[in-house]
Amino acid sequence: MSRIELKHIDKYYGDNHVLRDINLVIEDGDFMTLLGPSGCGKTTTLRVVSGLEKPQNGVMTIDGVEMINADLAYYAEPSKRGLNLVFQSYALWPHMTVKENIAFGLKIQKLPKEEIERRIQDALRMMRIEEYIDRYPNELSGGQQQRVAIARAVASNPKLLLLDEPLSNLDARLRVDMRSELQRIHKELGTTIIYVTHDQVEALTMSTKIALFKAGEISQVAPPMELYMNPIDLQAADFIGNPRINFLEGRASYADGKLHVSCELDSYVFDKADMTDEEVPNGEFECVVAIRPEQIQIFEEAGEGRIPVRVYANQPAGSETLVSLKTGKSDFLSKQIGLAHYELDQTVYVSIAPEKINVYNAKSTRLIKRAR
Amino acid sequence: MKAKRPRRPFNKTRLKNQILNVVKNPFNLVVGISLIVLFCLIVIPLLQMIASTFTVAKGELRRISGAQVGDFTLYYWKYLLVGQMAKATLWGPLKNSLICGFFTVLVSVPLGSVLGWLIARTDIPCKKLLGMLVVIPYMIPSWCKSLSWLAVFRNKTSGSLGFLEGLGMHIPDWLAYGPVAIVLCMSLHYYAFSYIHVQSALRSINSELEEMGEICGATKPQILKSITIPLVLPSVLSAVVMTLSKAIGTYGVAANLGNRIGYFTLATKMKNFINGSPQNVGFAMSIVLISLAALIIFANQRIIGVRKSYATIGGKGGRSNEMRLGKAKMPLMIFILVFLLFAMVMPMFVLIMETFQINTGAGYSPANLTLYNWIGANEELAPYYTSYKGIFYNTEFGKSVFNTVRLTFIASIITALCGQFLGYITTRGRGKWYGNLTEQLVFIPYLMSGIAFSSMYVAMFSKPHLGGLLPSLYGTFTLIVLTSVVKHFPFASRSGTANMMQIAVELEEAAEINGAGFGKKLSRIVLPLAKNGFISGFMLTFISIAKELDLIIIMMDKRTTTMSYLAFTYSQDGMNQMADAISVCVLMFILICYIIANRFGADIGKSW
Repeated sequence: MSRIELKHIDKYYGDNHVLRDINLVIEDGDFMTLLGPSGCGKTTTLRVVSGLEKPQNGVMTIDGVEMINADLAYYAEPSKRGLNLVFQSYALWPHMTVKENIAFGLKIQKLPKEEIERRIQDALRMMRIEEYIDRYPNELSGGQQQRVAIARAVASNPKLLLLDEPLSNLDARLRVDMRSELQRIHKELGTTIIYVTHDQVEALTMSTKIALFKAGEISQVAPPMELYMNPIDLQAADFIGNPRINFLEGRASYADGKLHVSCELDSYVFDKADMTDEEVPNGEFECVVAIRPEQIQIFEEAGEGRIPVRVYANQPAGSETLVSLKTGKSDFLSKQIGLAHYELDQTVYVSIAPEKINVYNAKSTRLIKRAR
Repeated sequence: MKAKRPRRPFNKTRLKNQILNVVKNPFNLVVGISLIVLFCLIVIPLLQMIASTFTVAKGELRRISGAQVGDFTLYYWKYLLVGQMAKATLWGPLKNSLICGFFTVLVSVPLGSVLGWLIARTDIPCKKLLGMLVVIPYMIPSWCKSLSWLAVFRNKTSGSLGFLEGLGMHIPDWLAYGPVAIVLCMSLHYYAFSYIHVQSALRSINSELEEMGEICGATKPQILKSITIPLVLPSVLSAVVMTLSKAIGTYGVAANLGNRIGYFTLATKMKNFINGSPQNVGFAMSIVLISLAALIIFANQRIIGVRKSYATIGGKGGRSNEMRLGKAKMPLMIFILVFLLFAMVMPMFVLIMETFQINTGAGYSPANLTLYNWIGANEELAPYYTSYKGIFYNTEFGKSVFNTVRLTFIASIITALCGQFLGYITTRGRGKWYGNLTEQLVFIPYLMSGIAFSSMYVAMFSKPHLGGLLPSLYGTFTLIVLTSVVKHFPFASRSGTANMMQIAVELEEAAEINGAGFGKKLSRIVLPLAKNGFISGFMLTFISIAKELDLIIIMMDKRTTTMSYLAFTYSQDGMNQMADAISVCVLMFILICYIIANRFGADIGKSW
């Protein structure tokens, strides 16, 4: 259990600036996910925390103890940081059995024999792989190898557990299983976890907090639902959510504590209370109205506050139906739960709750109106 | 994402920590030591040899008036380039080398490429067996081939007759010795470069590329011409370069087949100078030879450059459909069989039979057959056959077997170990300065033909260094081992690199996180995983050193004679049956090694 603090971390590969002034606090017991597209620096951040990479600038503390001080060129060895890491490739030593793999680190720590034996058993039981104790890694399936890798990491009782895209090599079904498994481990051990992934579903379902990465910088740190409802800028909004969020071009102006927004769908007036601290330009300016597909309700009949639109395409998928809609030059997507059927080019009526809408400044791309 | 890193002001603790970071990591120590060793063993000898060609040596004191030993002089280069003898010492042999190299490429590359294509891509019958047989000629050392050539084609010029003369045919000198013989002998050896290159390139090409051509309506020759050949062209070109640079530097074949009629190449002429005088002219020739090879290889890199190889492996679609040869099947089959007959069966047969003959070229009638060459012990009989006892009673032979085994074992163990270490440094330092530097330093011996390389070591170690701390190693077994080790660095470190590449860095990092130090990481993770690759790398180095003649020939004397050198001297002295018998022993030794190496998964395709 530990609190990790990263301050002004910079990492260069040659002239390539891969981490830019990373500041991040991970509270004791957090399940912190580093989320972002590939090449955005999330794995590098994890490796900096683990001690496998040495940043050129910055300070890192674990429970107040300095682990990195780049100004003094001080870097604590990975094994002195009280953490363990699960690699994307699992990195199981192929010449050792499951038991030997788990025992390796414990033997180096010079733990007594009975203690090693007990820890191996505990770890295996926890991951429900006791029967594979004497197998070699290549005699195990991908999912089983994954469990061994996690067992090896937790056997050393780390204060901090690092996971580098651990589920990316598993098939869709195993991934769902392992997600619940990881959530359980987090609860049972109470360990602080840092988890790297590019899969937003993993991030949203498991974490207590998400740090969203963009080109070597952290753009937003927030609990999953907050991140989903109020992405900090257009790129974040575009990245989070499946199917994608709808963007509609619009115009906005701010006067007398009210934000007036109009787009092809409708016009809205928002209170100052719903707005972010982001500065708003004077006079009229271009904005982007962002609406999650599930917030757009479709009705067959006209009614109060309902807007007529045209059905462009219809994709029923059993548990949900995606409907592409068109009005004027804008097209957007609606997600209906369950089966629904609409004729192409049929006119339908949509209703959108204004408090669920995000508004972004088109020029700065930053969020100016929050959803509730 | 480019940005300049800001400079930081000086800080004492920081400096202390930085030094500690470097010193506390044993990996840095290992890298440092290897770089120093590589520098001493490769860069300094090269510079030393270059320097010696500009320095007056004792032997030439009376020829250069007023000069002291150690003075700067252009005498040797003038002697070589513009002197009265220049035509005979440099230009003539250079022309011969280039001609031999050119024609060897002309014969061996098409030969090897066609063989590679037939085995990799067509429905030729008995493919597996043929694939195995086709590489056997390559296992035979090239100097052995030249002995077999002599066994077949020898004529009156060298005293005893060969197989064909024995049958009553008249073999002219131009066929028995000189350029034609040299080119054909080298071609039957170096075809292997093209064969292995083309064959592995073809195997990696997805046959869907060719099938797409077929769907577009191209005929088989059209597909071959506009799809297959362009795709393997880079491999063919690199085979051309390897063949050319190897052929130019080859000593054994050229000496065996050229010396008796006064036909010299750069390599054979150079050896005469290095073992004679002025020695420094020999070193200058060696520099010419090295520059030539370097020029060829860099020209190749310039021309092919980025197109070095196409990314022909597309992950999926490993299905490779064979091309149906149809009516061409029989003629092509006959082509392969003829090749095997001439490259393997006949020379081997004649070579082996000659060891049982009393008079070479006198047929195989029982009256002309004897076991004397192998086990003849009777000294009274000796003059009747040769002036020596049969090789199994011959102390020289026993000594040479001992020397060969000793040299190959010691040198290949050291080489393979160093290769793994160098491979470790190159893979783990990939993209970093020390990794690149190691890779480049290790590559240098590859540029040099065996005889040029050893001449460099002779120049370096023929006198003591560092005030006697490093004694003169000339004529010692140590020097031969050292030369063999360093010359095989490129090959050994490549096999080490390939081996280390297979060990993912994460496996080491996982150990590091679990608290393993450098030593533990190496002993518990890297070494156990590298074991198999190490053994196969060791076996291939072992065979390569066992075959070696060119590399060690100028260092040989009575005490250090190896089997290959003994065979060479016997052949030069006209004791052909003895030379053949020794060759047969070497061949057996090599074949047994290959069989063992194969057990450990060694691939002959990687053994040059």
